[in-house]
Amino acid sequence: MRNAAESIVLTLAAFVALLGVAFAQDDLFRIHAWVLFFVLAASAIFMFRRVIVAPAAAVDQSQYLDGPIRYGAIATLFWGIAGFLIGVLIASQLAWPDLNFEPWFNFGRLRPLHTSAVIFAFGGNALIATSFYVVQRTSRARLFGGNLAWFVFWGYQLFIVLAATGYLLGITQSREYAEPEWYVDLWLTIVWVAYLVVFLGTIFKRKEPHIYVANWFYLSFIVTIAMLHVVNNLTMPVSLLGAKSYSAFAGVQDALTQWWYGHNAVGFFLTAGFLGMMYYFVPKQANRPIYSYRLSIVHFWALIFLYIWAGPHHLHYTALPDWAQTLGMVFSVMLWMPSWGGMINGLMTLSGAWDKIRTDPIIRMMVIAVAFYGMSTFEGPMMSIKAVNSLSHYTDWTIGHVHSGALGWVGMISFGAVYYLVPKLWGRDRLYSLRMVNWHFWLATLGIVVYAAVMWVSGIMQGLMWREYDADGFLVYSFAESVAAMYPYYVMRMLGGLLYLIGALVMAFNIAMTILGHQRAERPLGAPALQPAQ
Amino acid sequence: MDYDTLRHFADTYWLAFMFILFVGIVAWAFRPGGRKSADEAARIPLKED
Repeated sequence: MRNAAESIVLTLAAFVALLGVAFAQDDLFRIHAWVLFFVLAASAIFMFRRVIVAPAAAVDQSQYLDGPIRYGAIATLFWGIAGFLIGVLIASQLAWPDLNFEPWFNFGRLRPLHTSAVIFAFGGNALIATSFYVVQRTSRARLFGGNLAWFVFWGYQLFIVLAATGYLLGITQSREYAEPEWYVDLWLTIVWVAYLVVFLGTIFKRKEPHIYVANWFYLSFIVTIAMLHVVNNLTMPVSLLGAKSYSAFAGVQDALTQWWYGHNAVGFFLTAGFLGMMYYFVPKQANRPIYSYRLSIVHFWALIFLYIWAGPHHLHYTALPDWAQTLGMVFSVMLWMPSWGGMINGLMTLSGAWDKIRTDPIIRMMVIAVAFYGMSTFEGPMMSIKAVNSLSHYTDWTIGHVHSGALGWVGMISFGAVYYLVPKLWGRDRLYSLRMVNWHFWLATLGIVVYAAVMWVSGIMQGLMWREYDADGFLVYSFAESVAAMYPYYVMRMLGGLLYLIGALVMAFNIAMTILGHQRAERPLGAPALQPAQ
Repeated sequence: MDYDTLRHFADTYWLAFMFILFVGIVAWAFRPGGRKSADEAARIPLKED
C-alpha cells in the first residue's frame, strides 16, 4: 500500500484545523485556520485518489532521489515570478499611492509578502532543491530518510502559503524577515529539523571520504538558520488558539535580537547557502575544479567566525550601547576580506577558460552573480561604517544595496543553477534555447543596473535633503518634500524591476519547453557570423 | 554567572581561544602537504553526475 498513511494523516490534520476554526479566540486565527483546513483537505483528497493497494516495489537504494528536486526547481521558478511580480507592484505603489488597495493589498501588507516570497519562497526552494542535489552527488549517496525529503518539500510550501495568507490578512509579529506568527514559526521549526535530518543523514552515509566544501556551506546555513529562527521567535502567544503573541525580549534587547537574526539571515541564508551553490555549480558548468580548495576552507571558516557579529550595524545611532555598534561595524568591515577571497576563488575557477563567458550564457550568469557578490560585499562593509551610515541609513541606498545582492548575487546564481539542473533532472540533452538564456541574462543585468543606480541617486539625495541645514540652523526641507523629490526615481526603479521580471518570464518559458522535451533550432552562441560569398 | 562575569570571560579567555582556533584552522588549511588532499577534494564534483 502506498500513500495510505499519508492520506490518513492529512485527513486527521485537516480535522484538527477544523477544530481550530471552531474554537478560535479571534477572527484572524479563525480565517487562517480555514485556509489551513482547505489546503489540508484538498491535499488529503489528492492523496486518497493516488492510494495504490498493490505492494510497493522496493526502492532502488543505489539511485539518487530526484523527485523533490524536480518539484523544487519548478517551485523556485513559480515563487520567484510571484515574488518579482509583487516587487514590481509595491514599487508602483510607492510611485503611485492610488495603487494601494485597502485593506489586503496595501503596501504595509504586500511588502513582507514580497520580501518573504523572494527570500524564503524563491531563495529557500532554490537552496533546498540544490542542497539535496549537491549533497547526493558529492556524497555519492541517496538522500537519507526515504520520503522525509518529500515532507520537507511539501511542509515548506505549506509554511509559505500560511505565511503569505497571514500577511494579506494582517497577521504579523512585525519582526523583519520573520513576520509569521508563532504557530507558523513552530511549523517551520518542525520542517527545518526534518531538513537537517535529511541533509546530515546523507552526509553520514556518504561513500566519498571527504565532505566537499559546498556541503559545509549548506550545513552551516541549515544549522545557523535553525538557531536564529528559534531565538528570534521566542514569543508568548496570547492564547493557544489565537493569532497574537508577544516577544520574550523588550526594548533595545529586542531590537538587537531582531537584527542579530536579520543580518544573519543575510549572512547564512542569502550568503552561505548560495555560496554552497557557487562551489558546486560553477565548477560543474565550467568543468574545472575550484581555483583554490584551500582558500575555500579559509573562506568558510572566516565567514563563520565573523558574520554572526555584524548585526548591530543595523542599529547605528540608536539606544544600542556604543561599543556594540562599533563591534558590529568592525566585524562588518573585516568581512570584506573573506567575501572577496570567495569571489576571487569563484571567478578564478574560470582562469584558462575565459572564452566560456562568450560562448556559454549559463557561465556568464554565474560570473555576473559572483561579481555582484563581490560588489555588494564591498558596498555593505562600507555602509556599515558609522560616518557613511549616518548618510545612508533609512534611505533608498539601503534598498539599492539589498537588491544588488538579492537580484545580482542570489537571483543570478539560482538562475544559473536551475538552468544547469533542469536538463539533468529531466534527462534532456540541452536546454530548449541558449539564446533565450542570453536574453534573460541581459534583461536581468540591465534591470539590476537600472535599479541599483537609481537607488544610489535617490538614496544619497534623500540623505542629503534630510541633513540640509540653513544658516540659522533650521532644516531646509520638510520630509514631504524629500518624498516628492523621489517620484522620478521610484518610476525608474519600477522599470528596472519590470525588466528583471520579464527576464524571469523568458526563463520560465525556456524551462517549460525544456521539460516538455523541445529543442529550439538556433545558431550556437559565439559562432562566427556567416561569411559573405566571395 | 551574571552578565558582567560572562562579558569579562567573553572578551578575554574566550576571545583568545577563538582567535587561536581560527589561526589554527588557517594554518591547517595551508599546511605543507595539504595541497594534494585539497586538490583531490576539489575534484569531487567532477567525478560523476
